[in-house]
Amino acid sequence: MKKPGSIPGQKSRRSLLVNLVLVLICLAWLLPTVGVLVTSFRLPSDIFNSGWWTVFPHRSWVNAGEVRIDPSVDVNGPMTIDGKTATFEEWRNGVEISHDRRLQWYGNKRTRLLIEQDLRWVGFNADLNLDNYKGVLTGGTVTYKDGNGNTITRLGNNFGDAVMNSIAVAVPATVIPILIAAFAAYAFAWMEFPGRKTFFVLVVALLVVPLQIALIPVLRDFTRLKLNGTFLAMWLAHTGFGLPLAVYLLFNYISQLPREIFESAFMDGATPFTVFVRLVIPLSVPALASFAIFQFLWVWNDYLVALIFLGDKNRVVTSALAAMVGEKGQDWHYLTSGAFLSMIIPLMVFFALQRYFVRGLMAGSVKG
Amino acid sequence: MARQRRVLKTIGFIVLLGLTAIFLYGGFAFLKNFGGSKLVATALAIVWGLGSVALLYFVLNRMAESLPRRARALAVPLVFAGPALLILTWFLVLPTLRTLWLSFFDETSMHFVGLRNYAFAFTNRIMLDAFRNNLLWVVFGTLACVGMGLVIAVLADRSRGEKVYKAIIFMPMAISFVGAGVIWMFMYSYKGVGSGIQQIGLLNAVVVALGGKPQAWLLLPVWNNFLLIAIMVWLQTGFAMVILSSAIKAIPGEMLEAARIDGATEFQIFFRIIIPAIQGSLVTVTTTIVIFSLKLFDIVRVMTGGNYGTNVIANEFYMEQFTYGQTGRASAIAIVLLVAVVPIMIYNLRQFAERRAFK
Repeated sequence: MKKPGSIPGQKSRRSLLVNLVLVLICLAWLLPTVGVLVTSFRLPSDIFNSGWWTVFPHRSWVNAGEVRIDPSVDVNGPMTIDGKTATFEEWRNGVEISHDRRLQWYGNKRTRLLIEQDLRWVGFNADLNLDNYKGVLTGGTVTYKDGNGNTITRLGNNFGDAVMNSIAVAVPATVIPILIAAFAAYAFAWMEFPGRKTFFVLVVALLVVPLQIALIPVLRDFTRLKLNGTFLAMWLAHTGFGLPLAVYLLFNYISQLPREIFESAFMDGATPFTVFVRLVIPLSVPALASFAIFQFLWVWNDYLVALIFLGDKNRVVTSALAAMVGEKGQDWHYLTSGAFLSMIIPLMVFFALQRYFVRGLMAGSVKG
Repeated sequence: MARQRRVLKTIGFIVLLGLTAIFLYGGFAFLKNFGGSKLVATALAIVWGLGSVALLYFVLNRMAESLPRRARALAVPLVFAGPALLILTWFLVLPTLRTLWLSFFDETSMHFVGLRNYAFAFTNRIMLDAFRNNLLWVVFGTLACVGMGLVIAVLADRSRGEKVYKAIIFMPMAISFVGAGVIWMFMYSYKGVGSGIQQIGLLNAVVVALGGKPQAWLLLPVWNNFLLIAIMVWLQTGFAMVILSSAIKAIPGEMLEAARIDGATEFQIFFRIIIPAIQGSLVTVTTTIVIFSLKLFDIVRVMTGGNYGTNVIANEFYMEQFTYGQTGRASAIAIVLLVAVVPIMIYNLRQFAERRAFK
């Protein structure tokens, strides 16, 4: 009996095909980000005049000189220039004299001028620098030259402050729910109290509730308490919206810890609080880390909650970037560098702790 | 003697509580009016926020532990689970009821209007468009995410560079919707037509290179919805891939080997063995992405603001409340969103009951 797919040639051909498909998909996945990254380092005038891919070495027609046409030549009939005969319309679209040289008529018939172009390797000396980033980070005014050579003055986007605000929002909005949820998960898993089961079913039900349902009433409360625009409002809101998942995830983990370790600790006279601080927290580090990354990325990348509770005061990176889209929709040099600045920290966290993040996703793929 | 000690203890706790309150409120007031450098303010805010929570638990627990035995058995769990339940009640349970209440009132929240807001939600032209678009998001977005995720997971399983491929597909998960919006706006950007104009958006450059005409993609009705959905697919395929990939890896190797020995083709193996084996994960991934596309907001808000026929329910919710001040209508829309996820909520609860994780 012959096993299908066991012939070496067929197998290697198949694996080549698999890899080819994967490489193509990955390329498609990477290109958008690469485009933004490359663009963020280019001059505003370059961005306006040519695609970002032109910074890579490639062969392109480069102007090399001019050819003037004698006034005696009839421009309405076919013209012979450099051994090639063509009509005005054809010359206007450009005619290739040889494989690396072509001529193109400039302007209308009266100019009697052709531009000579050579096919050359270009893109080795692209002007890349960090000026766009400076312009985005600053809160003062910035000037730059646009595609038509005009000098433009703009107010900077103060992204430096936005990054700080994002940190001030995201760090406590990650740690506070973890702490509160860990306490609750421990109580649900290892303590007896009336209503324990009912409350936990409630937590499971709340997992998928869309947060739009809470925005209007919570906004009213915050307005009454004069909390709008403060970091505290953001911490509270993100804690509230993140808690169901946090309690659920941490309960799954903490309830699986071996019973014996608690029993022996209580035998030695430990209180629930010391057991929690000395045993539960250290033993649950993997679960805590999983949720921490999940929540950090969620808070950092959140736009809706920030838009509503923080407003224009203390803008975080997402709202600063969104505001920039509204104010400077065509200033690609700022938009791209702003987009990249907003991505750096989450990408670092993500690549450093990818393992934990994946584990958290698997355990919590019910979040609404 | 014992009574005197208890009185002293009570006074001590009152003082402690007072000091805690002063730290909490004082810190808040101080930070709100802090005029110093941003870096210092950020650091102080973080320390104050985290310190307050830790302090609260510590003080409350101390008080609970000092109670007599019987009261303590109730007070300690209350200290542990109480704050979480309090916050859940404040931020999710009560708001749901309050939003439901508001949905029966007009924009001033003073006059009862019965079901008028719901009539608006289900008959208004703008809302119907939003429903249609959300349907596109749910159907095509989910299909594309799960389909692509599954294909990539299966293919990556058979290649050596699995880790690298998966990391690349997964990477957009770390990017915000707003950031992704900018990235793709640049992909779709349009510079008009004319000689000498070079398209700077990749999509238009490709179209021109293939001999087509450049388009202002985001203004093209109906098709622009699919271009926005593509952004979600780019962001969320990694999620589907990771979950499905680990489910595929859990399939016992002997099962696949046995099928191959019996002469099954790769397609038969895929449809008859792999798909049934990962059914549970497929359901989880699908429901998660369905919920996700139902409440989708950021992409549409940033890219088109809901104009040019790309409006979605969550954006209309935002517009009604924050642009038109129609609280009643916005509340009704939020309730509609909630009702849409109720089947998934029931499914989750049933799964949870079946697992008997809770003794």
